[in-house]
Amino acid sequence: MNRFLKLSIFGIVAVSLSCLFLAGEVFAASKLIKVDGSSTVFPITEAVAEEFQKANSGIKVMVGISGTGGGFKRFGRGETDISDASRPIKPKEIDLAKENNIEYIELPVAYDGLSVIVNPKNTWADYLTVEELKKMWEPASQAVITKWSEIRAGFPDKEIRLFGPGTDSGTFDYFTEVICGKSGASRGDYTASEDDNVLVEGIASDTNALGYFGLAYYEQNKDKLKVVPIDDGNDANGKGPISPSLGSVMDSTYQPLARPIFIYVSVKAAQKDEVKKFVEFYLKNAAELVREVGYIPLSSEAYEAALGRFQKGVTGSVFGGKAAKAGLSMTELLRMEK
Amino acid sequence: MLLKRRVLLKIKETLIERLLFFCSLLSVFTTLGIILVLSFETFEFFKEVPVLKFLTDTQWTPLFINKHFGILPLLSGTFLTTLIAMLVAMPVGLVGAVYLSEYSSLKVRNIVKPLLEILAAVPTVVYGYFALLFLTPLLKKIIPSLSGFNALSSGMVMGIMIIPLIVSLSEDAMRAVPMGLREGAYAVGSNRLQVSFRIVLPAALSGIIAAFILAVSRAIGETMIVAIAAGQQPKLTLNPLVPVETITAYIVQISLGDTPHGTLEYRTIFACGMSLFILTFILNMLSFKLKRRFQEVYE
Repeated sequence: MNRFLKLSIFGIVAVSLSCLFLAGEVFAASKLIKVDGSSTVFPITEAVAEEFQKANSGIKVMVGISGTGGGFKRFGRGETDISDASRPIKPKEIDLAKENNIEYIELPVAYDGLSVIVNPKNTWADYLTVEELKKMWEPASQAVITKWSEIRAGFPDKEIRLFGPGTDSGTFDYFTEVICGKSGASRGDYTASEDDNVLVEGIASDTNALGYFGLAYYEQNKDKLKVVPIDDGNDANGKGPISPSLGSVMDSTYQPLARPIFIYVSVKAAQKDEVKKFVEFYLKNAAELVREVGYIPLSSEAYEAALGRFQKGVTGSVFGGKAAKAGLSMTELLRMEK
Repeated sequence: MLLKRRVLLKIKETLIERLLFFCSLLSVFTTLGIILVLSFETFEFFKEVPVLKFLTDTQWTPLFINKHFGILPLLSGTFLTTLIAMLVAMPVGLVGAVYLSEYSSLKVRNIVKPLLEILAAVPTVVYGYFALLFLTPLLKKIIPSLSGFNALSSGMVMGIMIIPLIVSLSEDAMRAVPMGLREGAYAVGSNRLQVSFRIVLPAALSGIIAAFILAVSRAIGETMIVAIAAGQQPKLTLNPLVPVETITAYIVQISLGDTPHGTLEYRTIFACGMSLFILTFILNMLSFKLKRRFQEVYE
């Protein structure tokens, strides 16, 4: 064997060995926290993760957007540490978690004013009633209601183009539940995407569009979207049409589309130091970051209660597999948490 | 010693031959496997949804409460984007091929052809965002009623993507036309334009048509561009200004979500895949046949 060959073999072995050591070093140094789920909750978790990673180098937080349903499926199989959710966990998902011995702690992190959005050039939809929203979105309207003029007399005779979250989304579940009366009851002939930025882009570029998604995505794109005030026909909780805002969600007058949003932490993951640290950081900094990304923070009392639940390790869901009741107020939620 | 060496060599030879044979079999088996899985799941799908309904229903909403399983809206989306792509790619590609084969000097050709091939090497996801974020806003200035997601801009960008394919295949076909034909035409006083379009083009026609058909089948199967820029609303329409959904974009949408395996909703993607497979298979066969015919002409 000639010398050159020997030398090059030695070289290759040396390089690959050092690569291995280096890789080991990198993996050992960085711990990974895996979060997936609702794209509605994503902006909060992402903001918290960013701050957290600045303060704790060596811990990485990965945040996905599979939708609440998609997130719970992965969470229930033990693939993620934390699941973002824009609705409480469902019986099927509870069963899946039980099957795989996954226990979880439910923590409300903010309130969302689920927003109905149109294009800024839409001059006619100054407000909408819950009844009108139902007419737009219920399954019976599929391929039947196709024009704005069919929603209300006086609206223009133009095609209505609908944008909304897909069936894996918790926002979809909540909206269909409170507007159409049954979770999942929606027409199917609309542009459906789990990625809210696709919906923003679609509505911003189409005068005849209407869609719905979490308040934060409106707040971040205020310049190219218009929010529609909603009238629930019940004067007891605020007269007439009301827009989602910090005030109207906090005093429960934005009805019925205001709702709590959550994170679910796996108990097994919470035993890991970095996950525990992250969740505590989350609840301590949520108030400020939630407002920053465009949602409505809970009261400081509620965050303390949540922190208490986490530290005591209170498992299970306070909703017991049911959907959050329409118009659940912050004080009611706090009472349930305690 | 010598004998032993010869035996060893023979074993080595057979081993290599077997290996090569196995490699070629691998792709055949992969194809067979794909067809089998597709057929099985499609069969299960059609147990629950009648074929006639699948082919004639004008709505496609398998994920929602009011379920409809009509492939027509997805087919119309695919057809529309493909048509637009071909309207862009066919003339441009053909003229480009004529130029490269009949007009350009060797120097120019050696520069232009690699450049065109770069166009073919751009990842389709880049084309997708090019359509969504650049071409759509640009077109909106001309057509204000254009939706943010539409068949027009994604089809046009898809056409740009296909141009190199058409240029390269049609140019091959034209260059294969014997020099004698051209010389004969020049001898009776034709100019370059006449030679290109009246002699070379008709002589290479079957090869060019084969290139077109391959391009169509490429456009039908294209996924990323339409998934990003054409929208996600299955709609039976030939209006290029509104959002549509193609068969491929639907498959992406379902595969990205978490539709449970083994359900009817899940099987819809196999039925879609099967339709796509049959479509492109027919087109590829057609192109293959035409190409064979074209090759026989001058032998």
